[in-house]
Amino acid sequence: MSDPRKRLISAKAGERLLAIAGWTVVWLVVAFIILPAVVVGISAFNDRAILSFPPQAWSTRWFARAFSYRDFSEGFRNGLIITAFASSIALVVGAGFAFALDRYSFRGKMALEAVLTSPLVIPHFTIGLGFLILAAQIHATRTFALVIVCHVVLVLPFVMRSVYVSLRNLDSRLELAAASLGARPGRALFTVTLPLLIPGLFSGWLFAAILSFNEFTASLFVTAQATQTLPVAMYNYVREYADPTLAALSVIYIVVTALLLTIANAFLGLGKVLNVEHVR
Amino acid sequence: MSAERIDPREPVSPAVSAPVADAAARVAGVQIDGVTKRFGDATALHEAWLKIADGEFMTLLGPSGCGKTTLLNLIAGFLEADGGEIFVGGRLMTETAPYDREIGVVFQNYALFPHMNVAKNVGYGLRMRGVAKREIETRVAEALALVKLDGFGERKPRQLSGGQQQRVALARALVIRPKVLLLDEPFSALDKNLRGAMQVELKEIQRRLGVTTIFVTHDQSEALSMSDRIAVMSQGRIRQVGTPDEIYRRPLDPFVASFVGDVNVLPGRLERRIGETATVLIAEGRLSVSADTLEGIAPGAAVDLYVRPDAVRIAEGEGLVSGTVATHVYQGSHVDVLVDVAAARGGRVTVRVPGHGASTRWPAGTRVSLDFSPADAVAFASDVA
Ligand SMILES: Nc1ncnc2c1ncn2[C@@H]1O[C@H](COP(=O)(O)OP(=O)(O)OP(=O)(O)O)[C@@H](O)[C@H]1O
Ligand SMILES: [Mg+2]
Repeated sequence: MSDPRKRLISAKAGERLLAIAGWTVVWLVVAFIILPAVVVGISAFNDRAILSFPPQAWSTRWFARAFSYRDFSEGFRNGLIITAFASSIALVVGAGFAFALDRYSFRGKMALEAVLTSPLVIPHFTIGLGFLILAAQIHATRTFALVIVCHVVLVLPFVMRSVYVSLRNLDSRLELAAASLGARPGRALFTVTLPLLIPGLFSGWLFAAILSFNEFTASLFVTAQATQTLPVAMYNYVREYADPTLAALSVIYIVVTALLLTIANAFLGLGKVLNVEHVR
Repeated sequence: MSAERIDPREPVSPAVSAPVADAAARVAGVQIDGVTKRFGDATALHEAWLKIADGEFMTLLGPSGCGKTTLLNLIAGFLEADGGEIFVGGRLMTETAPYDREIGVVFQNYALFPHMNVAKNVGYGLRMRGVAKREIETRVAEALALVKLDGFGERKPRQLSGGQQQRVALARALVIRPKVLLLDEPFSALDKNLRGAMQVELKEIQRRLGVTTIFVTHDQSEALSMSDRIAVMSQGRIRQVGTPDEIYRRPLDPFVASFVGDVNVLPGRLERRIGETATVLIAEGRLSVSADTLEGIAPGAAVDLYVRPDAVRIAEGEGLVSGTVATHVYQGSHVDVLVDVAAARGGRVTVRVPGHGASTRWPAGTRVSLDFSPADAVAFASDVA
């Protein structure tokens, strides 16, 4: 009677130990993920003009500088323009290709798929350098078009993937049902297919936008003073100064992104935005 | 209701099946003339011939992979045939796109539009036809009343049970007043009780509306209970077309005999054939059966007699075969008495006895003689040499 119970207790103790170890690992991982953000966040309030940690005196003046520094505000504006165009163009082009790859079989389909996903394996600096050389030939190195085209190529695979997954998960019988009910292909597309693809399209677009806005390596090659994006402006800044302005900028960046995601979540649901409901 | 039996091996003569003649006579709801469909090297449908009358309830019955869905998809226009022609209401469908065919389809998984509520789902076909808003509302309400879903219009499909989703799918297909209604295993996802209720309901609705219906199932009892006629399919071929009674009692080949209900097989030998009658010798006797199914079989050849369990009686005196009662299977309204018969294929004969007294009357171990009317037996050339 008492023997099995004892064993049960010791088994429970073992389980507890395992649970504690498990939680420790989880918390360590979580800590390491948020540690950089926390360190940078605290440094942003350092009164001294160097990036030391922990700060001895506190101030918010670096936030004021982050907002007033012209390269940052211009980089931010440039980034928005480039991101808006690049992710939207990539969405249309990527959705088109995803559609073709999902619905039709044609010669060279495999090759096309390989080419469209190749930016995943070609380094960003190679793509940036390539576009820079080409642009130099036609004297277009200082144009927004150059940056936008480059970004479209970079984010295209991600948009395509997202739309492709959504298309795969779409029950083809829904379109057949629409057809049997009298819907011509165009109307079936707009009343059934596209509404059901919206989460996939939106998450593809959002993903592309985030990637484009943060892209640095290729952007370093294809931007000029007039077209430089925020990450490039930050890089140029850190080459000259080592004060906490960048830390302040990081805090602003995190807060704004979190706000945007909260708003998107409130209106669409985070699961839909990140497309997690659709990925199997 | 036409009760004529179409022998798939003997195509309807072109003079009779000409679409113009049919349109005039208003018989052919759907006509399938030698339709073939291949997927790569595999032939999913092999020269199917089938005529479905206006208002008829036709069931396509067959095991998985026999081509039922393929035939349905060809009629709906979702697939293109590699040969043959399909007529709906006497009109050739080859050049007609699915959205112009006016055929209602109910899919196995219902295929309701998840982003629309029930009313929007049901009204979809009417919106595509540009029907006025006011009329859409009335017709959607009518259709929902027809399937007993009044007041469910605002719900989303995912807020409905399987049976309710099924009804919405039916209402959505019927609201456009289709020329033909196609249903692909519509009840296979429902539990047994609900399935029975839905079968009765569908049959009633179909009779009330008089819509030509093609129903796909691999459940033989569902087919027998609902259909005006059944087309039994196997491996891409239509094996037999007939009323449930013909299919059950006068199967044209061993496949149909064993797929549609339980059957006992008694090996024997063809003694002689005179006109319509064939005399078959089995273990303990001889009997005269219809010679229809023995075309081209020479006297002396091995033949099998197929007899349904409900056609076999436990005889008081002499019988056609004898054996020993092995066990009883109680089925509620009847008892299946399993008899060990050395002369039967598989060594067993099942006798279906109505009521529940069989186990006391013939306990296990009893020697019994079994008898059946020659009219209830069908003979086929034996496939066992
Ligand atoms: N799109 C397709 N491509 C290739 N082969 C197919 C395709 N559709 C069906 N087939 C094949 O054609 C044959 C008939 O398929 P079909 O779906 O018509 O069978 P079914 O009678 O409806 O079976 P089930 O009862 O399982 O639904 C099968 O062997 C199947 O593998
Ligand atoms: Mg099927």
